[in-house]
Amino acid sequence: MPTVLFKDVGLVKGIAFDSWRRVGSAMQAVKVYNMREVDELVYLDITATSDRRPPDFESVDDLADECFMPLTVGGGIRTVEDVRRLLQVGADKVAINTMAVEKPKVIGHIAERFGSQCVVVSIDARRRADGTHEVYTHAGTVATGRNPVSLAREVEALGAGEILLTSIDRDGTMMGYDIELTRMVSSAVSIPVVASGGAGRYQDMAEVLREGKASAVAAASIFHFTEQTPLEAKRFLREQGFAVRL
Amino acid sequence: MKTVAIVDYGMCNLDSVRRAVEECGGNPVVTDLTEEIEAATHIILPGVGSFRDGMWNLKQRSLDSVLREQVVGRQIPFLGICLGMQMLATKGWEGGETDGLGWIDGEVRKLEPRGEDRRIPHIGWNEVAITKDSPLFGGMNNGTDFYFVHSYHFQCQREQDVLARSSYCGGFVSAIGRGYVFGVQFHPEKSQRAGFQVLRNFLSL
Repeated sequence: MPTVLFKDVGLVKGIAFDSWRRVGSAMQAVKVYNMREVDELVYLDITATSDRRPPDFESVDDLADECFMPLTVGGGIRTVEDVRRLLQVGADKVAINTMAVEKPKVIGHIAERFGSQCVVVSIDARRRADGTHEVYTHAGTVATGRNPVSLAREVEALGAGEILLTSIDRDGTMMGYDIELTRMVSSAVSIPVVASGGAGRYQDMAEVLREGKASAVAAASIFHFTEQTPLEAKRFLREQGFAVRL
Repeated sequence: MKTVAIVDYGMCNLDSVRRAVEECGGNPVVTDLTEEIEAATHIILPGVGSFRDGMWNLKQRSLDSVLREQVVGRQIPFLGICLGMQMLATKGWEGGETDGLGWIDGEVRKLEPRGEDRRIPHIGWNEVAITKDSPLFGGMNNGTDFYFVHSYHFQCQREQDVLARSSYCGGFVSAIGRGYVFGVQFHPEKSQRAGFQVLRNFLSL
């Protein structure tokens, strides 16, 4: 599933949650990915929380109108009411990041009201010098001291239906996913874990699915900046023996 | 043009269904008004959320009796999507034992983890194996992928009501039908081309 990141007025893609490059308009991306029959789309408004902005419901409404595939929306979500409005304008799932650490109880409230299936907890983690991992919030700018495995277990118990796990170090590098991080988290929980950050070639996706035990893979740079496409990725994965929709 | 009442009972996810119906050439009306439901040529009951809340919301707005009159009484073609399909059952267990609409005999129970299929909710694309000829799947390849998001599944009492099955947690019923009443566990509005085909088939009834 492609990830598109929104910042200021358009889509961006960075490296390690920094050095953002503009990559076009959101609506155009949705239309293209729609046509290419990608499996799901993740749309993250990456500065909403830091800017203390609520989600931009109107823009999501417009995007969702053209998005005939599952759409996950994240960025700036703080309350059950934010979630209600996002689902109402056509989001299928919401991605909770900062609030999962600051006020995890909200995950329980959302799951109770709308079902676990629409609650994605997006965990951004960075590797420390000693090899352990730490969770960051506010689009990777605030260190929390939390361990991604314990956070994943906690949000699962609260009712999260899925985890979008991003390696900040690998993000945008196209050097491959953080397989160890993915394996640790996906072995600790029984909800699906979507690996994100680092895809540079189709082989990277196969590796994180096989060795990292991820349920699905998300990617951005590989689709923005290379000739590689979601459809080719899926063909490759099917040849590798994974159950993939073509 | 086919006027499709998309029943609004406060359980979200209406906009994507509305847009998909529009893309498929229908005239969607998102409504909880009796007159508008009565004027429709087709009725879609979407839904995300728990069985108990869904039924409670339907009853709160007296939509259960309005729907019964139109669908069971006047035989207006009906499509339940996800929770909208599940509520066709006699009974559901999500949120506690709750009576459903009862138009198709069966119960809605939680998926049980089995072997490799331990992750619940069942989220993602999965193949739909058609088990019975039905206009709903006209022109479609058997084994087409559709998008699913659910933790509960419909256990039919009568095999003749089952239109399709999918394999997860030991297999579950992914589409049901009896006369003009249809239900699909997957989300046609999120299943791109394949979903549009199902919606177009429904609209042509």
